[in-house]
Amino acid sequence: MDTFILIGITGIGLGALYFLVACGLSLIYGLMGVLNFAHGAFLSVGAFAGYWFAVKLFPVTTNLSFALSIIVGGIAGGLFALLVEQLVIKRLYNRHIDQALVTVGVSLVAAAMLGGWFGHDPLLLPTPIWWYNAIQIGDAFIPVDRLLYIGVSLIMLILFVVILRFTRIGLVIRAGVENRTMVQALGINVKLAFSTVFFLGGLAAGIGGVLIAGYSGGVSPYFSGTWLIYGFIVVVVGGMGSLGGSALAALLIGISRQYVNYYAPGLGDFVVVILLALVLIFRPQGLLGKVSH
Amino acid sequence: MSALSISDLRVEFSGSQILKGVSFDVRANSVTALLGRNGVGKSSTLKAILGIYPHAGKIELGGEDISREQTYRIVQKGIGYIPEDREIFASLSVKENLSLAELDDAPNYELAYSLFPELKERANQRAGTLSGGQQQMVAIARALLNKSQILLVDEPTKGLAPRLVTEVADALASVAIKTTMLIVEQNLALVRRIAKDIVVMDQGTVVFSGGIENLNDDDFVHRHLGVSVKGH
Repeated sequence: MDTFILIGITGIGLGALYFLVACGLSLIYGLMGVLNFAHGAFLSVGAFAGYWFAVKLFPVTTNLSFALSIIVGGIAGGLFALLVEQLVIKRLYNRHIDQALVTVGVSLVAAAMLGGWFGHDPLLLPTPIWWYNAIQIGDAFIPVDRLLYIGVSLIMLILFVVILRFTRIGLVIRAGVENRTMVQALGINVKLAFSTVFFLGGLAAGIGGVLIAGYSGGVSPYFSGTWLIYGFIVVVVGGMGSLGGSALAALLIGISRQYVNYYAPGLGDFVVVILLALVLIFRPQGLLGKVSH
Repeated sequence: MSALSISDLRVEFSGSQILKGVSFDVRANSVTALLGRNGVGKSSTLKAILGIYPHAGKIELGGEDISREQTYRIVQKGIGYIPEDREIFASLSVKENLSLAELDDAPNYELAYSLFPELKERANQRAGTLSGGQQQMVAIARALLNKSQILLVDEPTKGLAPRLVTEVADALASVAIKTTMLIVEQNLALVRRIAKDIVVMDQGTVVFSGGIENLNDDDFVHRHLGVSVKGH
């Protein structure tokens, strides 16, 4: 039973990381129809910024320095996303093939630049001493870092829900997901909403990048590739543009992958692909997505 | 004096000319009806005025050239829009649909709710669950929240049940007293009730502009609109 609980909670922790990667992707596609392959670069920039901040400014890692490196990673991811949107994507709305090509290009350029600056070997993110501790829940000993992933993802989910539900810009974003043209025909500059979504998506990815760097043992220029693929799978399974759908799909995928990998070693990824195929066949709009007309 | 002046308005999609040099004026404090058979470019004209469709030509709002402005800037300058097929936001509540449209510091909810009291009662209902008529009320109400120099209204009674046509027509007639309006409408009874001027389009151009009295001429109506006066 303790193993079952342990795998369940670590699965939720993994799902929490998937959610941080996927929520921005989902909103960016849902609102703007932008297939953003540069999202992995937001993750990397955030992770490297968090690493740089932690290593350069704090010779000794403390709780405060670690918390600040997560925040700095988030802000760096958000600002980089905003930069990409303003310099590149803004000119390519409704040009999907161009978007895909250019954002793939941005991700390659970003990885090359980060490699040139930081080198190509994985760099160990300094983490506080408690990072490798475990706490007892029932009979199971749960790694503390997994609880942190869950906590941070919950905070981001709540932040996104509050912004989307209770602010004017959130109202504009929700309306823009349905009908961008009509939002503008009501006298609203929908581009401001686009930029906000890019910043928020980059913020979540940047924070996710720092946490993933801790989870996966280090940060390197190309470390975000696999995570981006999982991010896309979460978005498709959850439903494009649905934040709740992304949260649900991230949990489902994280938990099922962990359980299957434990009870049938090596088949975790296979189960995720089967889940994706089932959703595409029987519910192509995703678990909580809307049917497009 | 013209509230809105259109000169040589042209719209082209994929090599096909939708509007071929449309020109007309809309008098201030008056209702002008844009008429014509289906597919002649009436709705496209409204969308070009709003900057939704890319276009060439000159559009002046109260003497100011708005031809090159973006849609949201055009609306902020004082053009209200009631689109064909309502285009309300189905996942938002009625209240959210209305509050999204607020541009003025003091949006005129009093007018919107006095015309459609039902909307106040359904403020928290998701707009997608409303009937077609109620959705049209939301579309009209949100255009009335702000002070506009002109209202562009696109087929407001299309697809509505007869009882709702009357309700919507009453509301528009009441608004028309105080507002400049350019309306696209197939319902000639409503046009006769609220419009003073008509502009008739055919195949992307204006073929007639003049007074509403022309709609009493059976031959004119049959020739330009393909219907009989007696039928309307």
